[in-house]
Amino acid sequence: MSLEESTPDTVDTGVTTAEEIEALLGDLVLDRDDHLNAPGFVVRPDQVQDTLFRLRDEAGFDHLSCVTAQEYEDRYESIYHLKKYDDPTDEVSVVVPTPTDNPVSESAEPVYRTAEWHEREAYDLVGIDYDDHPDLRRILLPETWQGHPLSRDYDQDRPQVVPLREHANPLQEDHEGDEDDTMFLNIGPHHPATHGVLHLKTVLDGEQVVDVESDIGYLHRCEEQICQQGTYRYQIMPYPDRWDYISAGLLNEWAYARVAEDLADIEVPEYAQVIRTMGAELCRIAAHMLAVGTFALDVYGDFTAIFMYAVRDREKVQNILEELTGQRLMFNYFRLGGVVWDLPEPREDFFEMIRDFLDDLPEALEEYHDMISANEILQVRTVDTGVLPPEVAKSYGATGPVARGSGVDYDLRRDDPYGYYDELDWNVAVEDGCDNYSRLLVRLREVEESAKIIEQCVDLLEDWPEDERTIQSNVPRTIRPDDDTEIYRAVEGAKGELGIYVRADGTEKPARFKIRSPCFSNLQTLPEMSNGEYIPDLIASLGSLDIVLGEVDR
Amino acid sequence: MSSEQERFVTDTSQVGSDTRDARIGASGTDNRFNSKLREAFGSSPFILTKFDRFMEWVRGSSMFMLQFGIACCSIEMMHTYAVKHDLDRFGAGVPRASPRQADVIIVPGTIVSKFAPRMKRVYDQMPEPKFVVGMGSCTISGGPFQEGYNVVKGAEEVIPVDIHVPGCPPRPEALIYGVAKLQERIANGESSPVTVKPYELEQFSDLDQDEVVDKLADEIDEDDLVMRYNWADSP
Repeated sequence: MSLEESTPDTVDTGVTTAEEIEALLGDLVLDRDDHLNAPGFVVRPDQVQDTLFRLRDEAGFDHLSCVTAQEYEDRYESIYHLKKYDDPTDEVSVVVPTPTDNPVSESAEPVYRTAEWHEREAYDLVGIDYDDHPDLRRILLPETWQGHPLSRDYDQDRPQVVPLREHANPLQEDHEGDEDDTMFLNIGPHHPATHGVLHLKTVLDGEQVVDVESDIGYLHRCEEQICQQGTYRYQIMPYPDRWDYISAGLLNEWAYARVAEDLADIEVPEYAQVIRTMGAELCRIAAHMLAVGTFALDVYGDFTAIFMYAVRDREKVQNILEELTGQRLMFNYFRLGGVVWDLPEPREDFFEMIRDFLDDLPEALEEYHDMISANEILQVRTVDTGVLPPEVAKSYGATGPVARGSGVDYDLRRDDPYGYYDELDWNVAVEDGCDNYSRLLVRLREVEESAKIIEQCVDLLEDWPEDERTIQSNVPRTIRPDDDTEIYRAVEGAKGELGIYVRADGTEKPARFKIRSPCFSNLQTLPEMSNGEYIPDLIASLGSLDIVLGEVDR
Repeated sequence: MSSEQERFVTDTSQVGSDTRDARIGASGTDNRFNSKLREAFGSSPFILTKFDRFMEWVRGSSMFMLQFGIACCSIEMMHTYAVKHDLDRFGAGVPRASPRQADVIIVPGTIVSKFAPRMKRVYDQMPEPKFVVGMGSCTISGGPFQEGYNVVKGAEEVIPVDIHVPGCPPRPEALIYGVAKLQERIANGESSPVTVKPYELEQFSDLDQDEVVDKLADEIDEDDLVMRYNWADSP
């Protein structure tokens, strides 16, 4: 932190307060529509790019974390949630209303490349058209779907027809053009290397990838609709467990807990925050273990050693989490204002269980390093493959280990503190190799850091006075946030920034519930990493992104 | 040691030979190959059974699973295959990546409209005889996502299911129990119940003409395979 260096930066990013932003945007601003987390500026649908360019280049808002689309009674609305990678607490929302009879708005894709998929999703589910969008097609639902399911007049009972087109023998028409010698190859949706039901449409020239297009939506379970049908207090909390289902449940629950607590102004007791922090980091270890195990499975095809070792260590974590929450995978442990119950009795046994796990962890990690990161074969396969430069990662809104593997020092646990993280001593793992190997190293190092956090939490919990163990604050049975309050809040999930936007309409259910999934943005970087590379490197890159389709498709 | 071995020998007076002694280890030779099976056969080295019965027993004792992950349940399914639970102990093998090599498909997760035709195609690619284990609530009814606009209300809408394992997600022990139940059924020669599947893969030109079909006539070729969802009729 030298003062000389920080001065030129502040010229770019000095615009932080709402007034300064309003002055910067000048007459582009039609109106103010502030959200709880950020000032909101209403702009004309044909001035979206002007506004966003100005905010990105002159105010330093380089992170488009989410695009929310929704339909009101009298209008459609797209909201661009902007942040800064340097300081994610600097937020601004750009609100673009469009009329109901002609919902056309200018695309943000030329400014932020991540907008391409976000706007396709908005078109698919809500039905807003984006001018100047490079490829406005459905993304989650089949292309022949009728209607936009999150629009107001959608009839859920109407029949739908879904074609099965990929069944045709790809070798019959394996040439993209008449001249060139390329082959079309389907990878997925049922394929061991796609980590679920992802479909990659790949065009190959010999063994090299000319183009890869991800076809997602094979696990689109209508999470947003279901959350909009549930009440804030109890009915929504079970669903976040099922977004990122690789044991990352508590991290996801925290995303909902944080947004709902900020929306309804609920305090969380400190004791509950420590339990939450400990549980969430246990989940992170379990999630990263699986990421590392399946990555080795993808790169070596090794179902025997590393994968089994990873599962062995996951079983230990899952045992601890089962003691704590009562479930192995879908915990449903957080409640608004705290957690559902205290640590299991006898507490000493529980602490001992965690300490045993933490004591064994360094040795286990040493094994991983022996077999994976120190292994020459893996290094040949992963070093300098799947390169993702930091600027590209930022323009795609990449977060989590994918961004940190590209040297982007961005971790919401530190930069936008919540829970008990800012009281504890730990580091953010960042590697600047930008390749598959760096992303692997970041995950392995994050396991160490999580272990540090857990150890400190256990120390705190052990000494916590018995009469101060409040696990939940006093929360009303029914929560009705004020009409027309809007909020976007994010936490650091296992895969990156997991954010939720909620608009309340005065009832006990959210009027709009939008999930910002880190995997959705991270997966968009795959063509950047793979085009021009060999096809085995495509598989390695996909493995290093560590996507979960439940979270990509929601 | 010897007293324990003698329990296996049920009828020493009637059949007795060096061969038998060598086989069942009465003379103290290597007893590593003694098993429940030998106990069941008694002292005779021969068995008499129906060929069908034998085949059913063989089929249930060596099942090749399809490596097929859909959603949350596939994580617990992986744990079932891996250390600690190790499904292989029950003769239910290592997962095969290709449907052409698999006997059993475990359907581990929510089936949505876009995936159902693909799952049907994977199922069709498996050689007969084939068996289906539905894992988790989603494959029974759509589970927690039943009200979703895009969710098929259970695997049985698309393919016949032999065993349902409830849970969200079922524990690995529950899945093992389900697989063991399936083995029992196969060994007893029971086939899966005949179910009426509302959703079939059919050619687009075979669909009844109605508003939706007319609208899509430009987008879908006549001989494209399609799956038509009548959501209003779903349970």
